[in-house]
Amino acid sequence: MDTHKPGSALKTKLHPRTLMRQALPWVLPILLLIAWQWASSAGILPSRFLPAPRAVLRSFVELSASGELWSHVRVSALRALSGFVVGGGLGLLLGLLTGSLPWAETLLDTTIQMVRNIPPLALIPLVILWFGIDESAKLFLVSLGVFFPVYINTFHGIRSVDRGLLEMGRIYGLTGWPLYREIILPGALPSILVGVRFSLGLMWVILIVAETISARSGIGYMTMNAREFMQTDVMVVGILLYAILGKLADLLAKALERYWLRWNPAYQTAR
Amino acid sequence: MPITCSSAEIAAEDKRCSRGVSVAIKSVSIAFGGRTVLENFDIEISAGEFVAVVGRSGCGKSTLLRSVVSLETPQSGTIALGEVAAIGGKPDVRVMFQDSRLLPWRRILPNVMLGLEPALIPQARKVLAQVGLAERADDWPATLSGGQRQRVALARALVHDPNLLLLDEPLGSLDALTRIEMQQLIEDVWRSRGFTAMLVTHDVAEAISLADRVILIEGGRVALDEVVNLPRPRTRGSARFAALEERILGRVLQRRSAF
Repeated sequence: MDTHKPGSALKTKLHPRTLMRQALPWVLPILLLIAWQWASSAGILPSRFLPAPRAVLRSFVELSASGELWSHVRVSALRALSGFVVGGGLGLLLGLLTGSLPWAETLLDTTIQMVRNIPPLALIPLVILWFGIDESAKLFLVSLGVFFPVYINTFHGIRSVDRGLLEMGRIYGLTGWPLYREIILPGALPSILVGVRFSLGLMWVILIVAETISARSGIGYMTMNAREFMQTDVMVVGILLYAILGKLADLLAKALERYWLRWNPAYQTAR
Repeated sequence: MPITCSSAEIAAEDKRCSRGVSVAIKSVSIAFGGRTVLENFDIEISAGEFVAVVGRSGCGKSTLLRSVVSLETPQSGTIALGEVAAIGGKPDVRVMFQDSRLLPWRRILPNVMLGLEPALIPQARKVLAQVGLAERADDWPATLSGGQRQRVALARALVHDPNLLLLDEPLGSLDALTRIEMQQLIEDVWRSRGFTAMLVTHDVAEAISLADRVILIEGGRVALDEVVNLPRPRTRGSARFAALEERILGRVLQRRSAF
């Protein structure tokens, strides 16, 4: 009975291995969770500092059952997305402009590079003064933060489009919009998507800070409000929500990469 | 309406149908940053002729080719393409480079269709079949081998039914077997379509097996202008082929040892 079918042998061998590869990233978080729960129930970790995972889960269920959680999530997500659309859209447009037209680069790039070095969060005192603590303040801060990674990577992407392909395109009679659509935009896309992924991360960071400092709703507000009443479980729920939303945004960016860059062998096998 | 040769026309060997245009390069000088590449350079290429330009690297043979499609601008001199009597318009010039320059983000068929109306899809498929890649129409360029990519690049050039095809060392990066295959393919399409062809190569044997005339560039000028009077298809083993190759190679190397 030594004659194995190569196909079936491979299958039985491959199966546990792929399972393990899928489970591996979760081993560490689960161990941490177990240790955390154990430390809490053993009384080593007082719930004043950090509530037990079970308490966090309970408050998550309660908050979501009452609908309070979802209204905060909706407000935060809306703020994040609208800031991303405004800031990212402007970054894309200006990056395309300065990348394609030399005079636009001369006119705008110095100014943009100067403003880039100001951390958006350093503007919070001024922004509160200008906009108060309503929606426009958060929109402004997120847009500003998201703008630069998209702008810089778009600009860079356009500048690094393969000269040989541009030459070829011109020989084949492509000029203006067709040249843009066929060669320049697809050539710059990998770089643009790097900028998008960067800004998605930055988007949440800026929103979290903005919401904890000045807001009347949103996840940040919920977390800060809980601090007033020492509800550590609610605070942890808020923090974990940011982690989940951040991961979701990154997954979305990755999915976009895998679809738009499917011609690139580097993205075909990437998991 | 693209004009193609009927097989009856090709049958008569020297009565090739007049798809090609003539090229007249007169006292062209090109310099890069003070270094002269071409100096008072003259050549005339008649319609439908296959001319190979050889020379050591850096002799300006690629620059010459690039100046024909205005990718380089000569400091002085003129480059004129003849009128195409049959279409009475501006001649269509296509280039094949050493790298295929396919768009990696377009599948093979759209690559061949570059700059064409969607109505010409059947024609693009036909040309793709002609280079033997009909079944790869929906693949990404990244999945093709180097030789296959060059065949797609050739198809992309041929779809436009060019009057002048410029070949800038298109086979330089291919392995020996694929090279010979590609040379035969290029010769076949040139013979059936009758465009004017200008091939830049550093391979003297390749130049002799394809061209009607081999031009050697040295010091920015024409050092040798040799008509290849061998019957087609040419066999590399023949004595006359070897003698001609020997003479041209000798000319290239002699100049080198003089320095």
